[in-house]
Amino acid sequence: MQHNVNWLQALLVLSLSVTLGWTVEVQRPRGVPLTKRQFYDEAKPFTCLDGSRTIPFDRVNDDYCDCKDGSDEPGTAACPNGSFHCTNAGYRPTFIPSSRINDGICDCCDGTDEYNSGASCQNTCKELGRKEREALQKLAEITKEGFLLKQQLIEEAKKGQQEKQSRLSELQDSRKGHEDKVEALRTVKETAEQPEKEAKERHLKAWEEHKAALRLEKEKAKMAEVFLELDDNADGFVDVSELQTHQELDPDGDGTLTDTEAQGLLGGAHKVDSTEFMNMWSNMKEKYVSEVCPPTPSSDLDKDPDSVYPEDDLDEDAAGEDDEDDDDDDDRDDDDDKVISPLQVLEKLSVCERERWCLLCNAALLPFSFRALEKEISFDFGPSSEFAYLYSQCYELTTNEYIYRLCPFNRVSQKPKYGGSETSLGSWGSWSGPEDNKYSVMKYEHGMGCWQGPNRSTTVKLTCGKETAVVSTSEPSRCEYLMEFTTPAVCLEPPNIDTQVHDEF
Amino acid sequence: MAAFTGRMGALSLGWFALCLGVAVAVDRGNFKTCEQSAFCKRQRAMKAGQSPYRALLDTLELSDSRVTLQLINDNNKVHLLLELYRLQGNMTRVKINELKPLKPRFEVPDVLIADPPTEPLSVVSRDENGVVLSLGDEARRLIVSAQPFRLDIVEGPQVLLSLNSRGLLAFEHLRPRKDTQAEVPEKTEDAATTEQPVVEKAPDGGSEDDNQPGLWEETFKSHTDSKPNGPTSISLDFSLPGVEHVYGIPEHADNLKLKSTDGGDPYRLYNLDVFQYELYNPMALYGAVPVLLSHNAQRTMGIFWFNAAETWVDISSNTAGKTVFGKMLDYVQGASETPQTDIRWISESGIIDVFIMLGPKPADVFTQYASLTGTQSFPPLSALAYHQCRWNYNDQEDVRAVNQGFDEHDIPCDFIWLDIEHTDGKRYFTWDPSKFPKPLEMLQDLTDKRRKMVAIVDPHIKVDSGYKIHSELRSKNLYVKNKDGADYEGWCWPGNAGYPDFIRPDTRAWWASMFAYDQYEGSTENLYTWNDMNEPSVFNGPEVTMHKDAVHGAWEHRDLHNLYGFYVQMATAEGLIQRSEGKERPFVLTRAFFAGSQRYGAVWTGDNAAEWDHLKISIPMCLNLNLVGISFCGADVGGFFKSPSTELLVRWYQAGAYQPFFRAHAHMDTPRREPWLFGPENTALIREAILQRYALLPYWYQLFYHAYLTGQPIMRPLWVEYPGDASTFAMDDQYLLGRDLLVHPVTEEGARGITAYLPGQGEVWYDVHTFQKHNGAQNLYIPVTISSIPVFQHGGSIIPKKLRIRRSSSCMENDPYTFIVALSPQRTAEGELYIDDGHTFSYRTEKKFIHRRLTFANNTLTSRNLALDSQFSTPSWIERVVILGAQKPNKVTLRMDGAESSLDFEFDTAMSVLTLRKPGMNVGADWSILLQ
Repeated sequence: MQHNVNWLQALLVLSLSVTLGWTVEVQRPRGVPLTKRQFYDEAKPFTCLDGSRTIPFDRVNDDYCDCKDGSDEPGTAACPNGSFHCTNAGYRPTFIPSSRINDGICDCCDGTDEYNSGASCQNTCKELGRKEREALQKLAEITKEGFLLKQQLIEEAKKGQQEKQSRLSELQDSRKGHEDKVEALRTVKETAEQPEKEAKERHLKAWEEHKAALRLEKEKAKMAEVFLELDDNADGFVDVSELQTHQELDPDGDGTLTDTEAQGLLGGAHKVDSTEFMNMWSNMKEKYVSEVCPPTPSSDLDKDPDSVYPEDDLDEDAAGEDDEDDDDDDDRDDDDDKVISPLQVLEKLSVCERERWCLLCNAALLPFSFRALEKEISFDFGPSSEFAYLYSQCYELTTNEYIYRLCPFNRVSQKPKYGGSETSLGSWGSWSGPEDNKYSVMKYEHGMGCWQGPNRSTTVKLTCGKETAVVSTSEPSRCEYLMEFTTPAVCLEPPNIDTQVHDEF
Repeated sequence: MAAFTGRMGALSLGWFALCLGVAVAVDRGNFKTCEQSAFCKRQRAMKAGQSPYRALLDTLELSDSRVTLQLINDNNKVHLLLELYRLQGNMTRVKINELKPLKPRFEVPDVLIADPPTEPLSVVSRDENGVVLSLGDEARRLIVSAQPFRLDIVEGPQVLLSLNSRGLLAFEHLRPRKDTQAEVPEKTEDAATTEQPVVEKAPDGGSEDDNQPGLWEETFKSHTDSKPNGPTSISLDFSLPGVEHVYGIPEHADNLKLKSTDGGDPYRLYNLDVFQYELYNPMALYGAVPVLLSHNAQRTMGIFWFNAAETWVDISSNTAGKTVFGKMLDYVQGASETPQTDIRWISESGIIDVFIMLGPKPADVFTQYASLTGTQSFPPLSALAYHQCRWNYNDQEDVRAVNQGFDEHDIPCDFIWLDIEHTDGKRYFTWDPSKFPKPLEMLQDLTDKRRKMVAIVDPHIKVDSGYKIHSELRSKNLYVKNKDGADYEGWCWPGNAGYPDFIRPDTRAWWASMFAYDQYEGSTENLYTWNDMNEPSVFNGPEVTMHKDAVHGAWEHRDLHNLYGFYVQMATAEGLIQRSEGKERPFVLTRAFFAGSQRYGAVWTGDNAAEWDHLKISIPMCLNLNLVGISFCGADVGGFFKSPSTELLVRWYQAGAYQPFFRAHAHMDTPRREPWLFGPENTALIREAILQRYALLPYWYQLFYHAYLTGQPIMRPLWVEYPGDASTFAMDDQYLLGRDLLVHPVTEEGARGITAYLPGQGEVWYDVHTFQKHNGAQNLYIPVTISSIPVFQHGGSIIPKKLRIRRSSSCMENDPYTFIVALSPQRTAEGELYIDDGHTFSYRTEKKFIHRRLTFANNTLTSRNLALDSQFSTPSWIERVVILGAQKPNKVTLRMDGAESSLDFEFDTAMSVLTLRKPGMNVGADWSILLQ
């Protein structure tokens, strides 16, 4: 009637293990690891391992929890905080929470946790051990090869860095040289100034015309865009009501764009087609506010090469360009004239045009390549620059619906497989692995915003592999993406000792 | 899941774009006020005290089961037929219909479990002004007054309740159309019928002008309701003398005690999918149970307004406006008028059919209501455990990882849920072929951990000829029709969708058959069902639901709107029963419901938000549902919309662990919130809350069995057990679970303490965590920390627990029990224990269960069989008995099978707690334990 009979029988089990061909039998209460065997001496009362109390030994594994730390019930589910030791001969020994003893689910591969639940557990330890050894072996091979590759990467990065450094100083030198030459030319110019005045004016005029043509082209493109934007019903006409969705166009500033006012803007017509609209556009372009969201970095890129480097201004200050004259700086800030700045110098120099063009073009581009290089050098490519090779590369993974694209240190994006526009899943943020393994995780942030949600962001988990590839992507939480990426750059030096699964004995 | 969210913008619903900007709260403009609902406006415009109705006493007919007599509206001479029934169990039924309606008016089918058995009525006396009928032998009378017509139910000298006492009975009779569309000369028609609408009043008082707007057509926003039957609304008022507290008529996001609706809108009952609902107002929500309870210290009663059309309920009280000072003044001056609450029900169509449940005790009202609509279905035990849901678990790998996560963090969980994204393009009964390519494998993974799954099946069916469900519905002609006779179509998750006509038994039978394992591919016996959007939700319909002039056979959708969700769940539950050939209990969660929905599963409070007020309101919302029969209630733990702070999430788990349906759920646009994502400390707090739930599962199971057996609620306002204690009448921040646990969850941000009211003069309560004893009839301040869940066990009770918490409730099936015996000051206690296999109907079909009473008296704890003819055996044994409020015994003896043995025990002097160590007997056996 009293229930503990079963449990007393189960108290001492014969542990059996096979190692290197010889057999050991070790007697100890169920669920106790060998390392703690000495605390369970059936000849003596048992003291809870936390020392809180001492109980008769027949209360060990009697299926009632007497010790606060659960140590009296290593082999039963009686204690809420207990743990059970699976020997798992042939595989790794492990502890499981005692709540998993006899719960009908096989947790230990040797099946010892289900001794009284009716669950029939196969001993899968050998099989698991074999698989694990195989996996470990494979992993070791990958690690080994990966690590070799990593060494090469480090070498290459070192070389690359040296090259870049020397290129950087070269550029610095050449800039100095250019400046000297410009200075020299300026002197030449000054001497030549008087006779060349006429030529200069001719050139200036030509340039102005060219600029005007460019502007008109731009204006047309912009206008076409606006027309499509305004034409809500896509009937090929912009009408009064469509225009009224843009209250900012209100000419008298009373906050309402009345029918009459709108009609006025359309030159008195109720609706206009795109050609007519062209004529009206000048009346509204000052005030018009586009409906489209602010352009993403990617669209910026097409229009404005400068913005590839958002920290431009910082760089400029930090990079010691003080030797550039003030004019130059101002010009770069000025949107339209940016590209012209060296040309303005050119205007003043009409002698030996061709030669000087080239010279000055170089001078103009110099700051870009200079900054690009500086930027690249400034990235944290890992302790030995082993990640440097990823810079300016992109890796793709195609899933059922999307093509995912990871450009390390730059951006992550997603594009529908069957047409549709690309969505930014984030731009390079930082290394964000745990403190002891910072270079295992990359974080890309500030991607396209989500409705009622955050901006998209991507976490890239790096694992050791021979190949450099995106192996999986998922969106575990809305607009928070997770990418798995293999690269030799994270392969650790394989330990010299043989990584064998060792049995408990 | 799943309201109607901005994600639907893609469906190009023009007006929907408006919602995008207003994400903060409900867009009230989408839903009607009484003023915007033609019949409500018409009815509410009526003045009290001018009833045109007169009882024609000479038409009285008395039969064994009922009394009938005619009423006449003196304004329009329309005759009504009044039927009065005395029902078994102290109830009265009052029915009023047109004597000769142009065509039948809708009477609600399938909700009553049987024709309510009647008892004979007898005429006690009668004169020209009225008739007095006897309602039994306790001086209970039903008085019919002739002019104006009025009914009073009295007991001795006391009026319990009056009908039409304010003269607001109104019955808009069916009439031929007299406006432009039906050009019948008025006089000819008048001559042709017995009606004499010379100067009619609307609805029966004012001017009944058939051309007045809203009678034959009504437009709300862009939707026109064609109203082919014209005005059909009905109304009746009830007065409750001596009553200040009324409850019920869920579903509203409001306090437990219903408020006066004077000066505002009435409470509305019209099942609607309300996007981001607001709190503390009478707007309609997802479900409707037209049952109102009244309570005072002497008596509890109920009114069941048996109508499934759109319904508005006005409540006014002569004390509602009075300040405490005003009430005191009344008292001092002795001039106090009796407090009284007046109720008025207004419905758009159907007939007047009212069940008056006369109590007198709260438990009697629950029994009476259960005898009409049935009791809570007895769910599988695992459904009472913890449910993990999210819109959506993305794919099989995600489900695998979440399943794994519970094991890694050692948190129990019984169910993982899949929302709409698991389907192939929102085609229910299917699986997304790339995200869920191998559902059987996934379900097997869950089975391997003894866990289960719920997948959503909504009633809107994608119109797609390649979709089996749709093509069968179409070919069998089972869809609801629009007013022109074609299949009704509306927008919902899949885009264009049809709606099966669940009102038809053949539709329900067909739907049920779709759950068969060979029909529902990828389903197994551990897959259960969730019915969402069954109000029904129609994104482009009026008020986001179905057009009232849609057609269900002979009836309009108008007549039965509030029944649609009830039928969906009924048919689904039937499907789950049938797939197991009647062996397994179903589990179906529904969002829409009606009276009687308790018979088919669980209800949750819909798409709430991650806000402290939403956590607070979950208590009164579930209490009101429990009062009207629907015990299996819960709110989305964490809040559906928005993202909870960690503190709110922890507090919600703590509160949810003590509510009947315990499921975490989250909107797609919120960050993930599985219990282990908030750092080890919060994981531990959430684990602890869930562990407390699992430890109490034996008590929950017994409560559900009791609810199934008797119709008593599981979650109870305090006044249910302490009906004479007026301080409890409006309390809704704490409640009782069954009779014996008092729960006061922490629902305030940054709380340092709570004040719990422990009821019962001369009684005691024990803190379930510390075993500290507290006296009853006091407000007890308890300091709280983030780990506190204030719960008290009633002195005098015995609660069974299982303290070995495992991965899932199934894993705990054969585990031993611990009994917590909390002694009353008289050193007595009692409780019950119920055990069966946890998932089949064998408890019913083969009486395979254990039902025992545990009693402590005279220092002896005894277990006695309550069901001698039942037979069930369990390996479970008794691990421990903890006696609270005990004295130290010298010896503890177990008596069993005529033998005696001595038991080990420990005594905690500080807390007076006696723990009996491992008595060890089988929990199904007879035994007694003697303390000496």
